[in-house]
Amino acid sequence: MHLETDVLIIGAGGAGMYAAIEAARAGASVILADRSLIGRGGATVMAQMTVAVALGEQTPDHWEHHLADTLAAGRGLCDENLAAMLCEEGPARIREMDAWKVGWAREDGHIKQAHAPGHDRPRCVYVDFLATGPAVSRTLRAQLNHFDGVRRVGDLLIVDIVVRDCVAVGAVALHTPTGEIVTIAAKSTIIGTGGLTRLYRRNSASSNMSGDGYALALRAGAELVDMEFVQFFPIGHLAPRLVGMDPIMWDPFRYKLGGKLLNGDHQPFEEEYAARDSRSDGAYVLTRDLATYAITKEVEAGRGSPAGGAWLSFRHIPEADIRRAFGPVVDRLAENGIDLARQDVEVAPIAHYHMGGVRVDTSFATSVPGLFACGEAVGGANGANRLSGNAITEALVFGARAGQTAARHASGVAQGWTEAAAKTSVDMLKSASARPGPNLAEAVARLQAVMADKVGAFRTAEKLDAALADLDALAREIGDTPMISAKAFDPVLVDWLDLRQMLLVARSVAIAAKARTESRGAHQREDYPGLDKAWTHNQVVTLAGGDIALRAASPAKRG
Amino acid sequence: MKATIAIQRGAPGETAHVETFEVAFEPGQSVLDALRILRRETDPSLAFRFACINANACKECMMLIDGEVDYACKVKLKEGVTSLLPLPKKALVRDLVTEIAPPDERLFAPVRKSAR
Ligand SMILES: Cc1cc2nc3c(=O)[nH]c(=O)nc-3n(C[C@H](O)[C@H](O)[C@H](O)COP(=O)(O)OP(=O)(O)OC[C@H]3O[C@@H](n4cnc5c(N)ncnc54)[C@H](O)[C@@H]3O)c2cc1C
Ligand code: FES
Repeated sequence: MHLETDVLIIGAGGAGMYAAIEAARAGASVILADRSLIGRGGATVMAQMTVAVALGEQTPDHWEHHLADTLAAGRGLCDENLAAMLCEEGPARIREMDAWKVGWAREDGHIKQAHAPGHDRPRCVYVDFLATGPAVSRTLRAQLNHFDGVRRVGDLLIVDIVVRDCVAVGAVALHTPTGEIVTIAAKSTIIGTGGLTRLYRRNSASSNMSGDGYALALRAGAELVDMEFVQFFPIGHLAPRLVGMDPIMWDPFRYKLGGKLLNGDHQPFEEEYAARDSRSDGAYVLTRDLATYAITKEVEAGRGSPAGGAWLSFRHIPEADIRRAFGPVVDRLAENGIDLARQDVEVAPIAHYHMGGVRVDTSFATSVPGLFACGEAVGGANGANRLSGNAITEALVFGARAGQTAARHASGVAQGWTEAAAKTSVDMLKSASARPGPNLAEAVARLQAVMADKVGAFRTAEKLDAALADLDALAREIGDTPMISAKAFDPVLVDWLDLRQMLLVARSVAIAAKARTESRGAHQREDYPGLDKAWTHNQVVTLAGGDIALRAASPAKRG
Repeated sequence: MKATIAIQRGAPGETAHVETFEVAFEPGQSVLDALRILRRETDPSLAFRFACINANACKECMMLIDGEVDYACKVKLKEGVTSLLPLPKKALVRDLVTEIAPPDERLFAPVRKSAR
């Protein structure tokens, strides 16, 4: 099957859906494709917490204050122009969402803004109860109905961007329910595929967050930036099994109530690590980075909790206070058989967000004409670490912008599609065979283990080298020919295609991590502790002659 | 603990058949957890929809569980037999996967008129 459109948008999360709305508003025809269902497959629908935006509703604020906090968290590596755009245009997007009835929580007649760590004042809007992401997703999906020019296609996995004479001209896709190969001619293509945290064993990811967009961009000849900066959330939920809650939910409660971290022997350990470090921020006993470090070290020393993390205890807090602070969450916990007044839960660092990503300019164009990117798929705005609440703002602001510029680009060019340009990718899919080979679902788990154990929150040259060797071995195991088990909805073929992309993305993270011989923000090297001023630059990743190449670039300054 | 999962398999045009698997589990684990373990350990070709795994937000994992329509990620595993069938009122794709997207969000949907 062959389709044609002005603008192809890959990924229907917050970024992709906003891009579709803006591209349609600008008069472009749009195909909005998602490998999952529209508005359901990625991080946007899963986010339960807050959205950072300088509305000044709760307390006077200005986007420059939001920017100052964003740049501080980014530790010298932010693309200041992208960061400024996120902060400056956030209010317009949040107010537009408000007009579309997303339902931001209100208090005394104004939109309520909460104070989240890292922000200098209350700045974060949300939708009750823990419904921010679902509300954002639902609102954008409903808006799409107003635009006839947008064709929404779920179950369409984009496999490759098609490039002709160094220009992006469309894409090759797999329609999973039928197994049919679909080609799409597009004047502009936008990558809105979200992040890569599924590369790690413990993560907050959906099954669609394997970093496809980074691999699509690299193979198309575009650049990535800051790939070494994967954000780990220190106290992600580990055990007992908990469904229906965001795994990062413990943080605000620990913050509010003073939940205690205990090691496997039920001994407190936070203070010992805090005493050794001067970065303690007063509010938390330990900063986030240090909490991740402390838990990882306790586990390595054989003092982990049974599931391999730390205990989080609220048992010293009166039951009534727990109920007051947690509200309806207490009931959701009870559904999962968890009673905080009587039992501790296990937590561990989990991969949560990717600061790095596709390198774009302020029109969200990549270095490949016709190829754009937006949302978490983009690198640069958050530098070496991200403030809480910035990711959804980033998705909405960058999505809207990318939609506008991609539509403008499309209005000035002709379709460049040729079948010949798509041939390599189509042939690869056609060559798929049912052959004996490794269990690919298990291979994905092995890749996740390699990344967690050797390219995790704390890195050394030795571990990174070992990881690269493991990734090479895994690549040889899966080979160059896709494996299949059935025609319709074949998870084996999807795993193979995922591994093809995940292996490339994992390599780019490991190679960039190895080159950066310092510790900064979310990139921590045990063999190079401490920030090194000489490293105040970004690393740009490209794919040249089949291998990953790195070069340095200065972070963009405002202007 | 051990759960026995009886899964209806097959694609349209094939004779549907039930396959039975045993899975070791820990209390609190979900039916979706078991399906994912089965793919890793026993049969990677087993088809079922899911995306969010923990959040119960994507609403993609609906199937018929012991005769009730429910989310595979929400229903807890139990000892003894759990029977899984595809949603009865939706077009079957394969195994536990059905066509659940609204018609205008599918590839083979009528093309909507352009705004221009
Ligand atoms: C559990 C969780 C909680 C979070 N909480 C918050 C929070 O409280 N506040 C905040 O600011 N941020 C939060 N974040 C981060 C934030 O949600 C994301 O960064 C943001 O939603 C990303 O939006 P996006 O549109 O770029 O990507 P996503 O929403 O992830 O959407 C990407 C889409 O692309 C699709 N896709 C991927 N690859 C392909 C392909 N090859 N072909 C076709 N489609 C593809 C996916 O199926 C998916 O639907 C959270 C993240 C998680 C995981
Ligand atoms: S897997 Fe998302 S709701 Fe069940």
